[in-house]
This record gives sequence, C-alpha cells and structure tokens, in this order.
Amino acid sequence: MTTKTWSVPYGWLLLAPAAILLVGFTHYPAAATLVHSLFSTGTAVRPSRFVGLANYAALADDPVFWQVLGNNFWFALGTIPTSIALALLMAIWVNGRLPARALVRMSYFTPTVLPMIAVANLWLYFYTPQIGLLDKLTALFGAGSHNWLGDPHTVMGCLIAMTLWKEAGFFMIFYLAALQSLPPELEEAARVEGASRWYFFRRVTFPLLMPTTLFVLVNATINSFKLVDHLFILTKGGPDNASNLLLYYIYQVAFSFFDTSYASTLTVVLLLLLGAFAILQFQLIEKRVHYR
Amino acid sequence: MNILEKAAAWLLALLWLLPLLYATWAAFHPPAYATHLDALAPLTLANFEKAWSYAPFPRHLLNTVILVTMVLSAQLVLCTLAGFAFARFEFAGREIAFALVLLQLMIMPEVLIVENYLSMSRLGLVDSILGIGLPYMASAFGIFLLRQTFKTIPRELEEAARVEGCSWLVPLARPTYLAYALVSVSYHWNNFLWPLVVTNSVNTRPLTVGLAIFGAPESGVDWSVISAGTLMAVAPLLLAFLLFQRQFMQSFMQAGIK
Repeated sequence: MTTKTWSVPYGWLLLAPAAILLVGFTHYPAAATLVHSLFSTGTAVRPSRFVGLANYAALADDPVFWQVLGNNFWFALGTIPTSIALALLMAIWVNGRLPARALVRMSYFTPTVLPMIAVANLWLYFYTPQIGLLDKLTALFGAGSHNWLGDPHTVMGCLIAMTLWKEAGFFMIFYLAALQSLPPELEEAARVEGASRWYFFRRVTFPLLMPTTLFVLVNATINSFKLVDHLFILTKGGPDNASNLLLYYIYQVAFSFFDTSYASTLTVVLLLLLGAFAILQFQLIEKRVHYR
Repeated sequence: MNILEKAAAWLLALLWLLPLLYATWAAFHPPAYATHLDALAPLTLANFEKAWSYAPFPRHLLNTVILVTMVLSAQLVLCTLAGFAFARFEFAGREIAFALVLLQLMIMPEVLIVENYLSMSRLGLVDSILGIGLPYMASAFGIFLLRQTFKTIPRELEEAARVEGCSWLVPLARPTYLAYALVSVSYHWNNFLWPLVVTNSVNTRPLTVGLAIFGAPESGVDWSVISAGTLMAVAPLLLAFLLFQRQFMQSFMQAGIK
C-alpha cells in the first residue's frame, strides 16, 4: 500500500505535539535534575560550578534526609498493610448480600474524590487539642488534653489514620472487581464440602486475589511517596521534622531554603525510588499476563 | 453474612462519612454549635457568606474551571493524535517512542517541581493558568489508554470508512474518552502541589491552593467558616460523583490498572 511510505513522517507528525511536551516536561527535567545535582547552587556573588558528588556527600551527612526517609518508610508501613486489609474487608462486605449495599459502597469510596487539602481541613479539627473530636473522645475515658499533631510520638499516627480513610475505598474497587470475576462455582463447591467461610477465604479467595493484592501494594507504595499535600495544612513537616516526607522536604529545600542543587539531589533519590517501584510494577503486570 | 457483620459494615460506612457529615453540621450552624451537637441548633448560611467574602472563592472557582477545561481539551486532542499514531502507523522508532511515553507514568510532573519551575520561569509562564496545565497536557496515561482502545477496533471498519479520516474512530472510543475525562477532571480539580509552586496570585490560583491558604491554622478563620469553604470547594465534584457513582468508580479503576 502506498500509505506505508507516507507512514514514517505521518506517524511522527501526529506524535509531535505530545512528544514535544513530554520531552519538555518529563524527559528534559529528569535529565536536568541529574545534571544540576552535580553542580552547586549559584548565588549572586558565587556562580554555580561543577562539584561532582559533593551534594551526594552532603546528602549522606544530612540527618534530616535520613529522618525524612525513615518517616517515609514508617508512613508506608503504617498505611499500606492496613489499607489493604481494610480495602479487602470493604470489598467483601460490599460484594455480599448487604442491605443498602450501594449506600455503603458510596460511603467507602467518597473520600477518593475529595482533594487531599480538603481532607486535611476536615481532619485538622479532629486533632485540635481540647475542642477537637479526638480530645473529646479521650476525655470520656478521663484522659487529659493532648496536642496530637504537636507531639512527635503521635503525629505520624494521626497522618496514617487520615490516609487510611482517604485511600482504603479507592483500593476497595480493585478488590471488588476481582471478587466479581471469581467463578461462583468455587463458593458453591466449598459450601457442599462444608468448608467454613474463613477457611474458604484463607485457602481459596485470598490466594486467588494475590495479583490484585500485589498490584494494590505497589500502587500504595508509590502513593506513599507522592502524597504530601496534607502536610501543608496539618503539620508543615513538624514538629521538628517528625512528620516530614521526602517530596515535602524537596519542596522546602527548593522553595523555602532556595537550595535548588540540593533539591535536585533529593529529587534524584526520589526518582530512583519511583523507578525501582515501576520496575517492580512492570514485572507484576507481566506475571499477571502469565496467569491468564 | 450474619447480623454482626452487617452491623460492622454499616458502622464503618457511617465512620467513613463522619468527617463530611461533621463538616456539614458545622457549616450550617452558628460557630457556637460547632462542637456542640444540639438537634435544636438554629440553621444558618452565615458561614458560607463569610467564607465567600473572606477568600476570593468565585475567582478560584473560575480558575479551576478554566484549568480543568483547558487541560482536558488539550489532552483529548494530543492523546488522540498520539494514540492514533501508535495504534495505526508503523514508523521508525515507534517502540522506543512508546517506551519513552510510558516513562511519564512513573515520573509524574509533580515530582519534578524544581526543574519544571525553572522551565516555566524561562518561558515566562510562572503565575499563569497555562503554566499550571502545560506539563500535564501530553498525558502518558491518555495516550496509552487511547492506543489500547484504537487497537481493539477492527481494521476492516477502518478500510470501509477510510475517506472519513480518523473522525470515525472517535465515536467508537466514546466510553474510553468518558472514563478518561472523568479521571482527568477529578485529578486536576484536586491537584495541589504543582499549582501551589507555580502560582502566586489570586488571579491564577485554583480552588485547592486558595483553600489551603484560607484553611491554614495560622489564618485564624474559625472552624465553621473553614467547613463551609471546604464544602464549597468540593461540592461540584462531590455532586458529580453522587450522580454518576458507577461511572466514577469504573473510570477510577481503569485509571488505576492502566
């Protein structure tokens, strides 16, 4: 066909507008981040110069960086397994014979469509000392007032609880779809065999849902590194960096401390982490194809 | 499912609605009743009036609507062209180009705030709505989704309707477009970090950024007014969700699985 010879320029022509923007705002900045991490931050008196790996040495010596990375780890550990368990429970409930099922499903999913900033506004009030709902609840048990977000020991727990609320309903829909695709004969057969519901779940449903669990796991991990909007309202990373996360720290270094080279160095770390998760994700997707 | 489990499911649903219900209570009652749940408390719209006058909500709302519309229209055009190229044309470097496109699924623009801010200041687009939207217009997710959809449409249909160009493909892919549009609008209605970085005036700030400034504890605005402002900011999307629940959930799922 004659179109074949025309295809080369046509293909690229159609692609060109998207390609220009993608290169301009994804590939170029990613490469520039790497380059800038090898230079010092220029000032009015001292222009930027090549410093090799000096920024990375500074990174290794920066206690805040390690604290932030640790926080990210605890944040991930606190949110991921629990939100997976909650999502699975929600999906099983909503998939079962439950009166007012649509209403329950809607309630679980609603937080997903809210912006994180609005969620933080709503939850800030729960955590406010004395007048907040949480303090009122603990007061019922005779406990005194507590500055939940101002205490390094409780601040992370507060953020984790809020994130669970925000994310569980989103992960629920993946489990729900997976549950609905399971053949109903399995459950009938189990009933005939007299297997208990818990046994059936543990030995049949849960293993069959494994691909979904792995998928949700990787997505939840990526989210735990991307999600920082709430910090702007609730804690600003405080007290004393106790709730600071990597992306928020990058924002602070770049736009409050104006150290763009160090911010680039931190961004390289974040890109490496996200890259590692992406590779994991691609491998999982390939595995899922093999299952079929 | 026994009665205990049903009760637990309902209780969890109630717990999940609680923050919104509580904000609704506070927003529609005088501040004195914000923490004092009294069935006889008088209803009022004063908190909404205050929120409306404290912060330039109409302007933020307008900015968000412009942003969301602009981004979606550009995405629909750019992603259709690119998705069509990947699905229907054979050209040198296609596979590599596609892999490079998919890279954006992993490196979202909000991770590259530092460099993208520098680029925007070089382009003179800092503090403009175009500056907020530009990095998102070529969406890898959109390109991927449309490529998959175009590939499932049999080529015979294409041969029959070749004269009409690619305009015939678009109606066949309507469900994909709808799902993509819902996800895109929700995403950009709620997006915060990049808009915060790249804007610095009322004339460009979208709702989320306006809400963050207005709702920050140091702003000193009381809880009832913040609740009213928050509800106003989320109301359009929330109402859309309540009306088209199934469509929303399906679209979000498609977006997640990719």
